[in-house]
Formats: sequence, C-alpha cells, structure tokens
Amino acid sequence: MGVEKFLFYVFVLIAVFASLGVIGSRNPVRSALFLVLAFVATAGVWLLLQAEFLGIVLILVYVGAVMVLFLFVIMMLDINLTPLKEGFARYLPIGIVVALVVLAEMAMVLNPTFFGLQNFPSPVALAVTDSNTKMLGQLLFTEYLFAFELAAVLLLLSIVAAIVLTLRRRHQSEALYQDVGVQVRVQASDRLTMVKMAPTVKANAPEQGAE
Amino acid sequence: MFESLQLFLAQWVPDSIATVLVILVQAAMVIVPLMLAVAYLTYAERKVIGYMQIRLGPNRVGPGGWLQPIADALKLLMKEVIIPSKSNVYLFVIAPVLAIAPAIAVWAVVPFADGVVVADINAGLLYILAISSIGVYGVVVAGWASNSKYAFLGALRSSAQKVSYEIAMGFALVTVIMTAGSMNLTEIVNGQQGGMLSWYWIPLLPMFVVYFIAGVAETNRAPFDVAEGESEIVAGFHVDYSGMTFAVFFLAEYAMMILISFLTAIMFMGGWLSPFEGIPGLETLFSFVPAFVWIALKVSFLLFVFLWFRATFPRYRYDQIMRLGWKIFIPLTILWVFVVGVMAYFKVAPWFVNGGVA
Repeated sequence: MGVEKFLFYVFVLIAVFASLGVIGSRNPVRSALFLVLAFVATAGVWLLLQAEFLGIVLILVYVGAVMVLFLFVIMMLDINLTPLKEGFARYLPIGIVVALVVLAEMAMVLNPTFFGLQNFPSPVALAVTDSNTKMLGQLLFTEYLFAFELAAVLLLLSIVAAIVLTLRRRHQSEALYQDVGVQVRVQASDRLTMVKMAPTVKANAPEQGAE
Repeated sequence: MFESLQLFLAQWVPDSIATVLVILVQAAMVIVPLMLAVAYLTYAERKVIGYMQIRLGPNRVGPGGWLQPIADALKLLMKEVIIPSKSNVYLFVIAPVLAIAPAIAVWAVVPFADGVVVADINAGLLYILAISSIGVYGVVVAGWASNSKYAFLGALRSSAQKVSYEIAMGFALVTVIMTAGSMNLTEIVNGQQGGMLSWYWIPLLPMFVVYFIAGVAETNRAPFDVAEGESEIVAGFHVDYSGMTFAVFFLAEYAMMILISFLTAIMFMGGWLSPFEGIPGLETLFSFVPAFVWIALKVSFLLFVFLWFRATFPRYRYDQIMRLGWKIFIPLTILWVFVVGVMAYFKVAPWFVNGGVA
C-alpha cells in the first residue's frame, strides 16, 4: 500500500467517523465541531485528488468562515434537549421510511451503470509545475464565464437582500444612534475649554470669631 | 542538504521511514527557533514597553533579565492546570491545541531565504490564509467549553473580529497575487528584485498599511485587544485557563505575530532581498550581508511596531473596530484591486513588467 492510499484511508475513515458524529452527538456544538472535522478530512481527500485549490478553499470558506458563524449561533442558543427528543419513538417509523427512500434513490442514480469506473477515463496525474489555480481560472474565465458571472450576480443579490432585510432604522426614541462623521470630525476645542486663572487668588477675609 | 540526509538515513531504514524522519527534522528546524523567538519576543515586549514608559522592565533573572522567559516558561510548566468543574472537559483541553496547531502549521510554506522552505507549494499564500483561519476555533471552543460568561463574551468578540479582518486581509493578499502573478511566496519575493523601490510597498502602499493593521487585529493585539479587555471582561476567552494550557494560547498568539511580520516582510518589503540592490556603491558595500539577516531585520522592525502600537494607542471601542474593518478597510481593498488591475494593464514599471496578471 502506497503512502497515498494509506493517507486516503486515513482521511476517509476520519470523514466517516466525523459524519457519524455529526448526527450522533447529543450536543449541537459537538455536532458542529464534528462537521468541521468532516470538512477538514474531505479537504485532505481533495488534496490527494490533486485539487489543491478546491481543498484549500474548502477549508478557507467552510471551516474558516461558514462554520464559525454557525457555531456562533448554536453556542448562543440555550437548547433544551428533552423536548427535542420527545417525539422520537412516534416519528421513528416515518423517519426510517424516508431514510430508505433516500437510500433507494441514491442507489438508483449512483450505481455502477452510471458511475462505474469503466465510464470514466483514469485521471491523468498532473505535473508538479501545473498550477491548479491557473487552470481553474482559465476555465472559469473562458468556457464557463457566463455561469461564473451569473453566480456572482446571484451572490451579490443575496448580499443586498440580506442587508435590506436587516436594515431598518428605528425611531430616535427607541434607539440611540451615533453619527460617526461628527465623532471623527470633533476637535479638542469642541470638548475642552481652557480656563485662564490667575496663579494666586487672594484669600477671603478671615472668619470672625476664629481663635 | 536534506537530500543527502535522506540518502544517509536510507542506508539503515526503509525509504518511507527516511522520508518521515527528514520531515520531522525539517519541522524541528522550524519549530525550535520559532519557540525561542516567541520566548524572546515576550522579553523584548516587556523591555521595549518598559523603556517607552521609562522603567527598566525585567532585570532580575540572569544578566539584564535575559533568562526571564526561561524562568516564566518553567513557572508555567510547574503550575497546576485547573479544569473548571462545570466545563466541557474534552473541548476545554483540546481548545489550546486547536489554537497552536494552525499557528505552527502555517510555517511549512514560509520561506526564510531563496529555497529555504519546508514545502515550496504553488498555492502558498492560499494555504496560509486557510490554515490561519482555522486558528479561530481555538478561541471559540475555549470560550464555550469554559462555561463562563466572561470567557464566552471574549470568544464571541474575538472570533467576530478575526472573521471580519480576515476579509480585508484576503483582499489585500489578492492585490499582492495580482502584482506578483503567483501565489508562491518565493516567487513573490523574487518578483520584487531591484532594490527598495521595486518592492511592492510602493504600488500597494494602502494595502501594506491595511494588511499590517488587519494583522494586528487578527492577532488580538493592542489596540484591538478587546477580546481580553481586562477592564471589561477580565481576560477574555482564556480566563479559566491556567498553567500550561494558558501558555499554549500565549505561544499561539506570539507565533501568529511573528508570522504576520514575516508575511508583511515577504509580500511588501522584499523578503530576504537587500534594500540596496541596484544602487552602485551601497550594493557592493552590503553584499556580504546574508539573506537571513535582511529578512530578520525587516521582521524585527515589524515586531517592534507591534510593541510600539501596544505602548502608544488606547484600546479601540468594539463598534469602532467593526466599523474600521467593514466600512473602511474592505471598501478600500476592493478599490485597490481595481487600481492594481489598471496598473497591471498599463504595465507600470518596475513592478508590473515581469509577472503580473495582464
């Protein structure tokens, strides 16, 4: 067994273990962390497939950004697990049926007739100097330019939509707003007054009756 | 050098084991100096800030306090590691590991001189960006597993800050990639040949500033250290950590500081290149200086700036940090991507003549 094969099995075993952890752990935070582990293991498999750009981007985007925000939300929820588990026995039969249907569907599509090894040419090993990034970039900006631009517009649209949904200005009496421009433009003279005082002040006349 | 070591080892052990041994030797050759640098960076920090505040800083252990970091390390090793009773023990222990592992793993692709690098990979810059973005998990997991409100608030602040500044950092790196036409760090440095004026800090000056400031924010250093604002939330995400577990977080922070300085030197300040290249008299005068020394000088200066910031600026307010990141740095970096595109199209000399995207 070569090193690559060994690494492949290591990564795949970790990925399977982590995926089982995602659905198996009781604590949602641990589930999310298992999902992170699954992503990292998958990135390892992609690296073995010589798709280093995609592997690294998977870590950068999903592990580094998406899952962090995910964890954020999950950690702040105070999830009470008992009501979530209440209907477990009642919904179990339906759940099993749905799982079996999904399994059957996947087996019908992902079977050797369509995805067997004989349907695909064996991949050509890339030279060390071949840059994955360059190859992907050239494909994206020539052959798939239209799809690429469409995806970009779609993403932009979702950003704008998300901002518009959360952008609401409450009435002045409900919330305090700060005008950053005014804050930045402020000068010391606006806040601070220098008072000139004589260095010595003549004391008042001594109190009557003091001993 | 390592080829001969591998051949030497292959005489006794199988090839695969020899390869692993060589990789271990290479890793040790990066990690041991890094840990020493971290130790003496803490000493430098205390000394520099001490002198800036007209005090002496550490001066009791060893001559001039030189053994202070060793004494501190020994003290931290001896201290008891306390695990809070209501914490999530497993995650509590693994969090420091999640913080330090990426901080060390990134060094695999950092070149110290031409060809002196553990793994000279094509997508080096992308690798660094990806691996350093994992570091955030150490903070998040530590804050959550401690089961303490202060730690949790610190973790939220810190991770939100890191995720936000990573975007500005990423865009700044995009301009560097566009200028150099490569993501390989060695090629980026070699693209800057020709003296101080050919370095990328001139065409990318705003990005140089943005990257370094974002780096300060990424490492949770003053003035962006709200994650451990001791006046508000005690010490942030590592309140409940003691002894060696705390020390590991500390090591990770300082290793990341050194990394940010290295990257800034490599991408904007010509890496190991001499600043006097192409200047008739000075070039020969300084030609005896090895490449290691130049990069060490640049990195030391940038680390000094880190400490200088800490001694100079008061802590930012949290909303101000977020505003600076999202509303100033990100638009500025996006604008500069277009500016660099225009410069690359017109092949502005001397930065865009060889390489570049156009």
